[in-house]
Amino acid sequence: MLLLIPLLPFLGFLTNLALGRRLSRAVSGGVACAAMFGAFLAAAWSSWALLQMPADARGIVQQVAPWMESGSLSVPFTLRLDPLGAVMALVVTFVGFLIHVYSTAYMHEERESEYARYFSYLNLFAAFMLVLVLGASFPVMFVGWEGVGLCSYLLIGFWFTKPSASDAGKKAFVVNRIGDVGFLLGIFVVWSQFGSLDFQEVARQAGQLPPETTFGALSLATLLLFVGATGKSAQIPLYVWLPDAMEGPTPVSALIHAATMVTAGVYMIGRNAVLFSHAPETLAIVAGIGVATALMAGTIGLVQNDIKRVLAYSTVSQLGLMFVAMGVGAFAAGIFHLYTHAFFKALLFLGSGAVIHALAGEQDIRRMGGLRKELPVTYWTFLVGALAISGVPLLSGFFSKDEILWRSFAGGHTLVWGVAVAASLLTAIYMFRLVFLTFHGRRATQAGHGLAEAAHAHGGAGGHLHDAPPAMAVVLILLAVGSVLAGYVGVPAVLGGSNHIEHFLAPSFAAPGLETGGEHGANLAEAPSEGASRTESRGEGGHAAAAEGEGGHADHRTELGLMAFSSGIALAGIGIAAYFFLRRREAADRVAARFAGAHRVLLHKYYVDELYDAAIVQPIRRTSERALWRVFDAGIVDGAVNGAGSFVNGASAILRRLQTGSMRAYALSVFVGVVLILGYYVWR
Amino acid sequence: MVPLGHYLILSAILFATGTMGVFLRRNVITMLLSIEVMLNAVNLAFIAFGRTHGSVDGQVIMFFVVTVAAAEAAIGLALVIALFRHRESLNPDVFTSLKW
Repeated sequence: MLLLIPLLPFLGFLTNLALGRRLSRAVSGGVACAAMFGAFLAAAWSSWALLQMPADARGIVQQVAPWMESGSLSVPFTLRLDPLGAVMALVVTFVGFLIHVYSTAYMHEERESEYARYFSYLNLFAAFMLVLVLGASFPVMFVGWEGVGLCSYLLIGFWFTKPSASDAGKKAFVVNRIGDVGFLLGIFVVWSQFGSLDFQEVARQAGQLPPETTFGALSLATLLLFVGATGKSAQIPLYVWLPDAMEGPTPVSALIHAATMVTAGVYMIGRNAVLFSHAPETLAIVAGIGVATALMAGTIGLVQNDIKRVLAYSTVSQLGLMFVAMGVGAFAAGIFHLYTHAFFKALLFLGSGAVIHALAGEQDIRRMGGLRKELPVTYWTFLVGALAISGVPLLSGFFSKDEILWRSFAGGHTLVWGVAVAASLLTAIYMFRLVFLTFHGRRATQAGHGLAEAAHAHGGAGGHLHDAPPAMAVVLILLAVGSVLAGYVGVPAVLGGSNHIEHFLAPSFAAPGLETGGEHGANLAEAPSEGASRTESRGEGGHAAAAEGEGGHADHRTELGLMAFSSGIALAGIGIAAYFFLRRREAADRVAARFAGAHRVLLHKYYVDELYDAAIVQPIRRTSERALWRVFDAGIVDGAVNGAGSFVNGASAILRRLQTGSMRAYALSVFVGVVLILGYYVWR
Repeated sequence: MVPLGHYLILSAILFATGTMGVFLRRNVITMLLSIEVMLNAVNLAFIAFGRTHGSVDGQVIMFFVVTVAAAEAAIGLALVIALFRHRESLNPDVFTSLKW
């Protein structure tokens, strides 16, 4: 049954791969959507079966086939569904299905063969993502991990005739490879430490070890795994590929580069929660990288002018927040944010896609404005998404983001908390900058010509733009509903909820076969003793990750106060954005002019691309060109090949003189030869 | 009875004569004739050895050689005619186009 979940999209991929050219758009899109819906049903059915099991023994295992058998290494191709996997599989299949449906309308102007190619890639991506999520061991996960990277490359470069798109695809692929090397090395270290690659077995063995106090083998393994996560999940220093990945079609950005694939790193840390919680050094690094990324991406997002790029930096920033959750040991909170983020970020991307679609490819928010009246569905759904991501109370983003902020504060990481709060303020500001510049105000006139053409292309009359077509509108509305309601599975206890999702996820973060302390265990993550040093509390936080259930002993008043504070921050961010970008737009320009230097640095994304180009790309390029190409390849390799040729040439230039063409010379040489041979035999 | 040595000396003289003819004459037909002389020198040696040892093997070999020589003469003369038609000459030094 589990196999069906990744298999159905894979069959959809094969169908569109083999028959795509001959199928009409409706059929190839329909096959892809049906495959995703089937996968969703299978995932839902399996999750339902999972829910029927006792809470601490939830797990469905299916061994598909023996795979690698060599000496003491035994890796069967096994799929395993546990609460964590169930949440991920449901998100991937549900959001994936919606985005497939959306794509049928969005990609409608492609040629039929291109249309089928698009859907075959999309289905292949879903299949690999589900293998990644359901894999029961590191190698199976790695198959999915590499597979989604491949599909990401293929889909970023979908419009490969555009050089910037194919460059972006290559960049994503290469940067991901760097992370993958780290991931692979991490797997090797895990194998050398535990002699097993099965997640459960590794967690069971790691659970029996004490947390490392110094930087040891576990820290090394987890740090290497985290390098893989930074590549896939776009964290410092490997985040540079994600903003460029926006060259792909917008639904791809929504599915792969916002909702699912980029969260794989977060998921992988959650999957190895026991391992990571035994390596407090790594957790500190994870939290530090996460918070730095969140802040950096947030500041860049403030000044970008491409609607999709703003969303991309927002994704990077939100992923940073998830890593903060992982780093402070609040694994369930991180996964919870991943799950709500999938809804509202997919919604935001698809909304931006609807805008781009209506404006025939225009992505610059400076040339937008006033679209509120013309694109009502898009406007309202986008607004819901923006409210949710900003953390406005009672929407999904509020619950998950607040959970992370609270956990980091309660874990004693005040600095991390402070920076994360600043990042949330930035989130609210840049999201509403986007909303106000895109949908409010008046459209800039210099773009009128192009837009009028666009309107004509869409059959509009008199510059009237068309709102999202039905397939897109339905998806936007469904995702908007999801963005509002998704958070209600994790209402914290302090607000009268019971945080179902944390209880549900808790067994996945605990070492199997150990007494986890259950819900009544002392909740060390939430209530560190006053004098506890940071490292200690982190270690304890890891231990208590399984028992994050109830905040019974935590200070409710503090939690409520922080909640009110972060809600206030979100509203303040919206207010700031409203002041600068709705009421007095010239004030924003004045601020930009006042801090021209800072503005330029942000506009150029802290010059990180330039830095990488100068520090890594150009030296490699120069070495390759001067040393490897001109000296080694052209000089030594080609020299050897050409040298062999010219040696033979030169030698035969001498030897061919023997072939005189004179038959008497030949006869003489034969005669002399016979005489010499006979003479040898006679006189020897 | 003539001793074997005499036959062999005659055979050697004939062979040397033929060889010199091949190398020194400037006429292709004469060269072919010289080759016939060389072949017959060898035949003489075979027969002389066969007679000395009381065996017919030498004569059998001789018949083979004569047969092959006849075939060779036929092909050789045909080639000579073809060459002459081509180049209007029987001098072997003219036919040197098959070289580097």
